[in-house]
Formats: sequence, C-alpha cells, structure tokens
Amino acid sequence: MKGKWTLFLQQKWSQLILFTLFIVVTSSALYFSKKSVIAFLLLLSSLLILHYMNLKNLTKWIMAAALLFILIPFASSGGPAFHSYMEVATMVGIYVSMALGLNIVVGMAGLLDLGFVAFFAVGAYSYSIFATSQASNFMPFGTYPLGGESFWMFLIIGGIVAAIAGVLIGIPVLRVKGDYLAIVTLGFGEIIRILFNNADRPVNFTGGAMGISSIAPPKIFGFELVFPNHFYFVTLVILLFTLFAVNRLEQSKLGRSWKAVRENEIAAQAMGIPLVKTKLMAFALGASFSGVMGVVFAAKQAFIDPTSFTLMESFTILVMVVLGGMGSVPGVILGAAVVTILNLQVLTELTNWVNQLTNTGIISIPQALSPSKMQKFIFGAILVAFALYRPKGLIPAKNKIFDASKLKSETPQKNSVRTD
Amino acid sequence: MFLEMVQSLPQVLIDGLTLGAVYAVVALGYTMVYGILQLINFAHGEIFMSGAFIGTALFILIMGMSWASAIPQIIVLILVLVVTACITGVLGMGIERVAYRPLRSAPRLIPLITAIGISFVLQDVVRFIAELSYGNYIVTGPSMFRDQITFKASSISSVFNDASFKTSFLIVLVIAVILMLSLDYFVNKTKWGTAMRAVALDRDTAALMSINVNKVISITFFIGSALGGATGVLFAVQYGTIDPFIGFILGMKAFIAAVLGGIGNIRGAMFGGLLLGVLEMFASSNLSLLTGGVFGAEYKDVFAFSILILVLIFKPEGLLGKPVAEKV
Repeated sequence: MKGKWTLFLQQKWSQLILFTLFIVVTSSALYFSKKSVIAFLLLLSSLLILHYMNLKNLTKWIMAAALLFILIPFASSGGPAFHSYMEVATMVGIYVSMALGLNIVVGMAGLLDLGFVAFFAVGAYSYSIFATSQASNFMPFGTYPLGGESFWMFLIIGGIVAAIAGVLIGIPVLRVKGDYLAIVTLGFGEIIRILFNNADRPVNFTGGAMGISSIAPPKIFGFELVFPNHFYFVTLVILLFTLFAVNRLEQSKLGRSWKAVRENEIAAQAMGIPLVKTKLMAFALGASFSGVMGVVFAAKQAFIDPTSFTLMESFTILVMVVLGGMGSVPGVILGAAVVTILNLQVLTELTNWVNQLTNTGIISIPQALSPSKMQKFIFGAILVAFALYRPKGLIPAKNKIFDASKLKSETPQKNSVRTD
Repeated sequence: MFLEMVQSLPQVLIDGLTLGAVYAVVALGYTMVYGILQLINFAHGEIFMSGAFIGTALFILIMGMSWASAIPQIIVLILVLVVTACITGVLGMGIERVAYRPLRSAPRLIPLITAIGISFVLQDVVRFIAELSYGNYIVTGPSMFRDQITFKASSISSVFNDASFKTSFLIVLVIAVILMLSLDYFVNKTKWGTAMRAVALDRDTAALMSINVNKVISITFFIGSALGGATGVLFAVQYGTIDPFIGFILGMKAFIAAVLGGIGNIRGAMFGGLLLGVLEMFASSNLSLLTGGVFGAEYKDVFAFSILILVLIFKPEGLLGKPVAEKV
C-alpha cells in the first residue's frame, strides 16, 4: 500500500491534482475567513511544495508567478487583515532580496560580512534625503523634495550608491581575511549607523536620531503608491529581477570564481582568478541588491531612522542565509521567508495569545518571557544548532552537475581519433 | 585650545587608565584563545557581561545578610571576584565544549557563526534572569568604594587641572595589574603555561609530545573566561549600572585592543588595552575641541573602529607582534 502511494505521488498528474486541491482549499480558507494566519502561511508554503514537485523548471516559474501575482493578493483580499498580510509579504520580499545579496558575499564568495545592513541603510537614506526637503540643507540648486516619479530612478541610484559603498568597504578589507574581515565589516556597519545617527550637525544631512519623516510616496502614471498591496507588487517585480540576476550570476564565470575563492583562495589565485576583482565584485553586487531594497523600504515606511539599521538587522540577515543554506538560492529564499514570518507574524501572534491567556488568568507567564522578546534567543539557538548539526542549511547548495559523456557526445570532437 | 587639552589631561589619563585596564584584561581572553585556536571567541564579551551580572547578584546577596557589615568591603570584593571567576571560567569551558570543539576541523566560518549564536543566547538568558528577579534588566549594584579622592595635579605644574577619582578606580587598577602579572607569570613560568605556548605554536606536534591538547584548550578557555568574568565584576564596581548588552561592544573594543597590541601576544594585549582606553578617553573629551565642534564625543566608537581598520591595513601583526609568513 505504501509503495503504491509513493508511486502515485511520483506521478506528475497526481502531484498536480493534489497541489491544485491544496491551493484551492487554503486560498478559499484565506478568502472567506476574517483573519487566519495559518491559512495565509499554508498558501505561502505552496511555493515550497512547488519547488519540490516533479515538473519542468519553466512550468514551475509560470505557476509560481501566477500564485504570487494573482492568487495570493486576491485570496488575502477577502478580510479586513488584507493590509497586514500584504505588509508581511512585502517584508518577506525585501528580506529575501537582501538575503540573496548577502548570500553572494557570504555563501558564494565566503567573505563573512557582519555589517550588511549598512548597504540597506545607504539605499534607504539615498532616497529619503532627496524625497524630502532634507536635501535642500546642503544642495543649493534644484527644488526638493523630488516628486514620487523619481522613485523609479532612485531604485537604480540606490543600487549604485550601495555598490560604491560596498567597494569602499571592500578596498581596505581586501588585505584582511576570515575573522578579521568579520570584525572590520561589523565595525563598518556600526560606523555607518553612528554617522547617520549624528549627521544632523553641523549640516543636517540625515536628521540625526530623529530620522527623516514624510518621505514622498512613489508615483507611477500619476497614481500614488501608498498601501502595502501596491508595494507588494513593486517588491515582487524587483525580486523576480533579483532572482533572475542571481541565478545567472551563479552559473557565470564570476560565480564560479567566487566559489573557487571560497574553497581555497591561494589555489584559486594560482589558477588565474583575479582575487581583488572577484572579491570586490562580490561586495559590490551583494550590496547593490540590498541598496535597491533599501529604497523600497524607505518609500514603504515613509519614515526612517537609524534604529532600523542596527547590528541586530545584520545578524538577522546572516541568520536567514545560514538557516537556509549558505550558497543555495532556494535555501536562502526559504530561510529569509521563515525568519521574517517568524519575527513579524508568529512571535507577535504568540505574544498576543499568551497575553490573552494571562489576562483571562488561565496561565501566567511573566512579561520577561513573552515570545516577542525571545527573538535573540531563538536566533542564537538557530545559529548554534544549524552550525553544529546541519551546517549546509535547510536546502543545501547543489552544484550543477554536468554529465561528461553527454557533453562529449553533443560537442563535435576534434581529437576523437586516437592514435594508439 | 591646546591649553585646554593639557589642562584636562590628568582627568583623561585617570579615566582612560581605568577603561584601559578593563579592556586589557578582557583582551587577554581574546588573545589567549586566538593564540591557541586561531578563533575569535565572539562570546567572550558576553562572558564579561555575565561576570558583571553574577558579581552584582552576589554583592546584593551578601550585602543583604546581617553579618556583611562586620567584614571589610575589600574582603567581600575579593570573595566575589574569586567566586565569579570560577563560575565564568566553567561557563567558558562549557562553551568551548559545546560550540567550538565539535567544529575544530570545520571551515573557519562555522565556529565564528556558533560564537555569534552563543553570544545571543547568553545575552537573552541573562536578560530573562535579570528581568525575572529584578523586574528590569538594567541593574544597579550596591554602591561600594565611593569615596572621592582628589589628585592635586595643579601642585605638580600649574598647567594641569586637578583630577578627581573614586576609590574604586585604584581598586580596579590594582586588581587588573595583579591579574595581568599573574597571568604573565603563569604563561611564561609554569608547566601548564609552557604546554599552552606549545599548543599555540603547533597543535599536532604538541600532541605528539604527549601534551593533552584538549585539556590545554579547556584550561585556556577557563583562564581567559575567569579573567573576563572578574573584569566584569570590576566594571560593575566602577560604573555601577549594568545591562545585558554591555558585553558586545565592550568585547569589540577589547578585540580591537588585542589586535592593536598584536593578537596572540599577551603583553601586546595588555599594552593595546591601556593604549586604546587612554586614546578613547582622549578622543571623547577632545574631539569636539579638535574639530571645532563639528564632531563630538559620540564619534568615539568610530574612532576606535578606525584604529582597528588602520592597524589591520598598515601593521596587521600589531604593535608588539611579529609578522608571520603565510603557510601554503
């Protein structure tokens, strides 16, 4: 019986039928219920199931796009919790993109960067300074704030500025290795945060600890993007682009150089890989993804201050990469999604639930142990447990396997005639 | 401007030496572990913080007893120091056993990640306990050694201002010097110290010479963590208020001190700690003077990290270290 069941599950059509059933049940549950976090999470997890299904890659991508663009926004629009779902989904998208960026630096190139959030901050501030009147403090020409149409241009500018910051941190860091690199990047992250925190004197660049508020919302064809569901689509488009870029990069010559540098720097150098250029490219490209998402984040929040860019944020992104599997793109996506949802939804819901129980007097859990305060503990435990027992993460990285004999039969062979 | 800087110099030196002594002893823990395992023990700053909390809890406990007023405070302090050092020493050994030993042959990124994880866990566990028992995780210890002493610097030369400090300053400085001297003696003169240096030089060969490498590493962690914990107590005595998050940034500073002096070099760590402490105090009191009010004391951390980056670029072996050729 069990054997038949596995056989049934391996069939493409049976998989499709079960999958459709799953989607229909969860999405209708989500649509008709007032607020059901579980249904929302199950619907999101259908993407993970899709990853493991026995289908062609193109079919999977089309189905995933249909799920993300049409079904998930539609199904979650049923109840009053629509905006909170979309908010969470947007944050997941932002973090996934950042984690993919860090994955280039840590997972592929093997450079432990503990100040990654600095690039996010650079992106966020680059948009918010110019989209508010802040820029008029030090730019005598031009009229500020710039309109919401400039958002689209700033997506690119933010990426470029962050990439430049990545190169700047990269240059001095190239001479140090391993653990030193971790400390230096950590210091760099702190320096950036302190600078943003204090750059309101003598010239007010960043608004200091007060932050920058009322950032202009993005505009497209005269339509203002204000609500979380608008940003959901923006994030999604950028995320798809990021995914495309990351996948192409991994298979490119540069991506293979990164992996070579990660495995053995000296051997890679001996094989003719330019070490400086390879490492700088890793820093710059990784940072640019983060910078782009920083712009989106600033526009979405309409308010930023230095507390959004602390060391804890850098570690959060590192946890995502380690949890998912360093160097593995699907793994990092899963890791980022799990950590973000854990932080934003599961822990908050648990706290509410515990508070309710405490209020009704069923059990009493002291305030000190409320789940929303446990974030650090959970992260620490995840880092230790995964490093000890599953150092490759939830979905381990796979190198593309080339079948040597198949390749040989496909390419015309010049020296196929042997002389012996 | 120059006059003002000279005038405040005695006070800056006193404050800087106190801070520097704390940095120096914590840096010893980093440098010992790095010398032996080539691993940055990120959790060391948290051991320091745990020491501060354990010490404060013990102080509160002892002060609450009726007989406590009969014995002199200095004996209470020594008692608390010894007990805390033992507890944090065992804690450090435990961390090594759980998080570093299984990963000794893993890529170097992995133990670094467990170290970060352990430091998070320690921070939160201490916060839970503190918050559960005191209702707030920011804890103020009992006030000890609070007598003000004025250092008449103006009588030496009229350009200096008088400086004042608390008795605790002297105690911190004296105990830190004692700790450093005894560690120096231990490493250079005793059998176990020789074994530690042998393991640091070449672990495999040391094992062939019938040195129990695991035991030596455990002892290294014990001593380093005990020193860190004891310094935590001194910190709590000197500065009064502690919270679970003091360890991380102070640990970073101590690490910078270790790098400044030459990591793996014990005397270098002491020197680097004192130097960094004085430099940082100097920066925090004079930065706004030097730059005409553009940059204030809030940039002192930027200053510390810039020192780190500059040292790593121009003299990666540190001020007292010897350059090592890379083995291929």
